[in-house]
Amino acid sequence: MWLWIHKFGSPKYFYSVSGKLLPWVAGATVLLIVMGLYLGLVTSPADYQQRETVRIMYIHVPSAWNSMFIYLLMAVAAAIGLIWNIKLADIVAAVSAPIGASFTFITLVTGSLWGKPMWGTWWEWDARLTSELILLFLYLGYIALQSAFEDRRLAARASAVLAIVGAVNVPIIYYSVQWWNTLHQPQSLGVGMSTIHLSMLWPLLIMALGFKLLYVVILLMRTRAEVLERERNNAWVQELAQALAGRDFFRSGNEYR
Amino acid sequence: MSGATGVWGALGTLIRRDLLLALRRRAQVLNPLVFFVIVVTLFPLGLGPAPNLLQKLAPGVLWVAALLSAMLSLEAMFHSDFEDGSLEQLLLVPQPVFIIVLAKALTHWLLSGLPLLLLAPILALWLHLPNEAILVLLITLALGTPVLSLIGAIGVALTVGLRRGGVLLSLLVLPLYIPVLIMGAGAVDSAAAGLSVGEHLSILGALLAFAVTLAPWAAGAALRISVE
Amino acid sequence: MGTSVRQSPREYNPLVAADEDQPALTAENLACERGDRLLFSGLNISLDAGNLMLVEGPNGSGKTSLLRILCGLAQPSAGVVRWRGEEIGKARERYCAELMYLGHNHGVKGDFTPYENLQIARDLAGAQSAVTLDDALYDVGLAGFEDAPARTLSAGQRRRVALARLLVTQARLWVMDEPFTALDTDGVMLVEKMLERHLAQGGMALVSTHHEVRVTEVNIIRLELR
Repeated sequence: MWLWIHKFGSPKYFYSVSGKLLPWVAGATVLLIVMGLYLGLVTSPADYQQRETVRIMYIHVPSAWNSMFIYLLMAVAAAIGLIWNIKLADIVAAVSAPIGASFTFITLVTGSLWGKPMWGTWWEWDARLTSELILLFLYLGYIALQSAFEDRRLAARASAVLAIVGAVNVPIIYYSVQWWNTLHQPQSLGVGMSTIHLSMLWPLLIMALGFKLLYVVILLMRTRAEVLERERNNAWVQELAQALAGRDFFRSGNEYR
Repeated sequence: MSGATGVWGALGTLIRRDLLLALRRRAQVLNPLVFFVIVVTLFPLGLGPAPNLLQKLAPGVLWVAALLSAMLSLEAMFHSDFEDGSLEQLLLVPQPVFIIVLAKALTHWLLSGLPLLLLAPILALWLHLPNEAILVLLITLALGTPVLSLIGAIGVALTVGLRRGGVLLSLLVLPLYIPVLIMGAGAVDSAAAGLSVGEHLSILGALLAFAVTLAPWAAGAALRISVE
Repeated sequence: MGTSVRQSPREYNPLVAADEDQPALTAENLACERGDRLLFSGLNISLDAGNLMLVEGPNGSGKTSLLRILCGLAQPSAGVVRWRGEEIGKARERYCAELMYLGHNHGVKGDFTPYENLQIARDLAGAQSAVTLDDALYDVGLAGFEDAPARTLSAGQRRRVALARLLVTQARLWVMDEPFTALDTDGVMLVEKMLERHLAQGGMALVSTHHEVRVTEVNIIRLELR
């Protein structure tokens, strides 16, 4: 396990393996999302209470799950980078943040769209939406701290501390917001889906898996780009660039054709 | 051979040092407190002096103002020490780093949290908060403001080396303050409505215990990164 | 430069002289990067009692970075620093108890008097020396300035306050980054005298400087950074 981490943690090895992996993951992502969308938008029934708007759920819920999952993964990667000084983990944490923030944003927008027909207002201080909003703040703070440092290594270490503190706080924030919500507006409880029919569950799960893989695809692509950028002075990247230049992708070091 | 030795001795020396420093720069300590009073005063001016409305808003207003004033004074926690090189000296003190952070957070609380306990009852009266709620307000402030200092210490420790750390600091710290705000304001709200507040207070107490145990470690790690 | 630890670190007493065979401070294969620039790499250092190491090199060659790494204030990109055979990250408190660092920003508080500055430094130090605060201030030429806020003193006088810190504690290792900055001729001589006495008593020092350091009967090791 330990050896494996170090081997996979080497940027060069990661670059070659992820390059082979990427098309497969991307293919699976497209397949799952297309299938999920078809099942969700066409074959699954409309809700008797929420009507057609229930279909927003197939984007909203997987995004929400992703937004929290990515934060957790980001914190774990950051911690690994901080403790064992593995550069690849730092990169994974750094590039995960904007992706996670995007999913959080999608969650908020779709939640708001859902809220208009359901609650008759664009924004409801519902526990889940409020938690997502705070999660977005946490992501933005992380991104801001990361970009405030000039030195990459310090940026990675400082933001790792923040990510860990944030991850410890996320459940606390989540429960206190939920509690605050039940105190202030008990009527909005129960609007969520407590029971769900199988015909809706399947598309939801497929979409959730598709979104997870979508994250993996974006993560791999962004990590690969970042690895190239950070290792640009190393021999293997130079060789790669030369090989590409031979195929006329590159004219000079940084000029695309 | 005299002087303090051991962890507690060092803690005492550090707290005495920072209190003495604060005494020499009184304005820096007083400004956030004046800010607290002014912010609270703005609400009746903005909302109108109707006692019912003010009473309804008082718990939230007082707690939000407490959050903001705690945050304003946070930067002073490490800033001057960072500028003149004292922070490096402190990190080379043969004591665990979390002791230094603990001393700093404790001093910050003594200078920014504790005075709020004295000011809050007066402001609560201005906002027509009932007497039993004022008592609860004091208890929540006593339990909650140390958490603000401790969590704040992490934020300042992360941003002390940055040129424009001030705004960033609020972006990092305010979301983490939300549970304290919810519990603190919620308790006062419940008390004003004549409901029980035991649950709020025990959660606040738990948050405090949690922050005391974990925040100094995180802030210590952050400090070592910032000084590098 | 594999060092073996003969005495158990737990039993180590800071007041007992170090094992003669084993260099007190060692560093192996140190590297330091700033941004994309490699300042130095593959640096090996070994410093023993009574030795003075002069770190020389042009601006930007990494002198300050090296000293901060050796103090444990900064992390090297590669390599380890050991104090009496233990990695300094693991023996941090034991190491700091025997270390005094004098950096560019010397950490003298402007709002405190020289006396108060010294008092706090001594109270927080690992081992205090028998020298009284007043004597230390006299030795660095600050007699009569004990009770003025340090902010009213000149830059050179403030640096002397920082130097007095070295006298009231019993650190074995002094790490000084450009100690002659802002000092007049007397001040330079003072630092040299202090170094001589410290090394004669079995102390050791790491000094980065552009000046020639005139010390007698001291074993000087030169480290040139490029």
